[in-house]
Amino acid sequence: MTKPLLEVRNLVKHFPVRGGGFSVVRQQVKAVDDVSFTLLPGQTLGLVGESGCGKSTLGRALLRLQEPNSGQIFFEGRDILQMNRAELKAQRRDMQIIFQDPFASLSPRRTVAQTVCEPLDVHGIGSPLERRKRVEELIELVGLRAAVLNRYPHEFSGGQRQRIGIARALALNPKLIVADEPVSALDVSVQSQVLNLIKDLQRQLGVSFIFISHDLAVIQHISDVVAVMYLGRIVEQAAVSSLYTSPKHPYTQALLSAVPSPHPASGAKRIILPGDVPSPISPPSGCAFHPRCPAAQAKCQITEPQQTTLHNGGHQRHFACHYPLGD
Amino acid sequence: MRRDSNQGHSLFRIAMQSLLSSKATVTAFVVMALVVLLTAAAPLLSPWAIDSTDWESVSTPPSVETGHYFGTDDVGRDIFVRTLYGGRISLLVGLSATMVSLVIGVFWGAIAGYAGGRTDQLMMRFVDVMYAMPFMFFVILLMVYFGRNIFLIFIAVGAVNWLDMARIVRGQALSMKHREFVEAARAGGVSHLNIIRRHIIPNLLGVVIVYVTLTIPQVILVESFLSFLGLGVQEPMTSWGALVNDGAALMESAPWTLFFPALFLALTLFCFNFIGDGLRDALDPRDRAGEP
Repeated sequence: MTKPLLEVRNLVKHFPVRGGGFSVVRQQVKAVDDVSFTLLPGQTLGLVGESGCGKSTLGRALLRLQEPNSGQIFFEGRDILQMNRAELKAQRRDMQIIFQDPFASLSPRRTVAQTVCEPLDVHGIGSPLERRKRVEELIELVGLRAAVLNRYPHEFSGGQRQRIGIARALALNPKLIVADEPVSALDVSVQSQVLNLIKDLQRQLGVSFIFISHDLAVIQHISDVVAVMYLGRIVEQAAVSSLYTSPKHPYTQALLSAVPSPHPASGAKRIILPGDVPSPISPPSGCAFHPRCPAAQAKCQITEPQQTTLHNGGHQRHFACHYPLGD
Repeated sequence: MRRDSNQGHSLFRIAMQSLLSSKATVTAFVVMALVVLLTAAAPLLSPWAIDSTDWESVSTPPSVETGHYFGTDDVGRDIFVRTLYGGRISLLVGLSATMVSLVIGVFWGAIAGYAGGRTDQLMMRFVDVMYAMPFMFFVILLMVYFGRNIFLIFIAVGAVNWLDMARIVRGQALSMKHREFVEAARAGGVSHLNIIRRHIIPNLLGVVIVYVTLTIPQVILVESFLSFLGLGVQEPMTSWGALVNDGAALMESAPWTLFFPALFLALTLFCFNFIGDGLRDALDPRDRAGEP
């Protein structure tokens, strides 16, 4: 078996909720609660879930843009949470991020060249002339002309800006890119262009992606492995084909049933979950999904389901449910 | 916007275009430039010196024949020359005190806002404490201990004005800290100092510039007020505030001694306010196409 690129163990990120006269920490928002997964080199992990389920927080915590409270993140065998500032800076060369909002992710006062070149400058890679050449290469790699380098972000459309953001993420030849909803702010036609660009780049460069999205169709298109998140936890994790054809967790099944079908007459029944997503400040007891679960039973209210791992022909799948669905 | 040129249209250039399309702002710029030119060229424009008295004409009204274009005061000093020299002091105090407050305020505010947490609390509570100091008392104390000195006025005014600047900048930095381009810089390994220098400060300059143009007239007024109290510049040097003070005493016998310095002072204040308004409109991102 190949060595994993990224191995996350029991990652926890809580946000304090302050209140009262003296800003006392009253409660914790459990944004990421005991999350574990592994990612192989060159693989794309799709992270899917409703808004507010902790997808983005998980992505940021992986890069230590938000410090996790506890857990371990092994990148090529080294725990990045134990690194000091200098080690972390060196490590950042291998892990980059693409953001959701292409209008907020580029500094309005810096030219495209300055933006894309900044990581190269910081890590002192090459001479100024080599950097300039590298920047031109990158901008052409993402499908823009080198002539745009001296322009400012406000002169570009959302899709073009997202390409610039991708070029910046690629500048240091990273091994892992966290893509935080990179297409959800774009028009549908531009979405597919940017998605295909990411897919092509991944094939050409062999970069691993953690692709965060709430769009199941997008996730299916781009991922090798999919992890479904609910209230800060990963409830199911499997290879894309098995997850989409035979979900084990009722939540996954409900999500999949909500995807609009190109053949509405095929008669697939849509599962409508009752109620809203509970507050992550005080998640329900036992299985956090039980108040909305169509298959919930008495046990689900009391005991929290543990991760179950199934091996099936070289593929592994994990799920946390007392009463998993059959095949 | 032309798409085929290779040169980018920086936000600055777009702001300039919008600035130049406003008549009030352009007029204010022109008038301001004239005032600055006049005060700079003062010695070339009149044979009189700032402290020379013309015994032939004491308290004479403005006249071209005598060479006293704005008339003379009660000891025969030329008001035209004194107004222009006074303008030098007023503008100098306005600009340098604003610069002092700009530099301290921007760094203090940007660091507090970006660092956040306990550092932010400590730095901003210090600002609050400084705010609580009675400003006039502070100035009078300085004057009493060190004697009247124009540099003391700079220090006193600058030391108080940076507090407002720091608060404004801190608020901006706080909102910018979690913008994605700052996170992208962090993910790229850029150090905190460079993030403040390269990403935070350039992006809050718009607000800062507007505030600067509104601070300059404020400082000029404060200096005038100090001079009015007799705490400002020392004779024979003068400032607009001091001249207005002198003129007010002679208002009934020689109104021109009040009118001309007051006119220049008011004109300058108007200009700065119009320029500030124009800049605020030009730099407001909401009005610009293509910006969210």
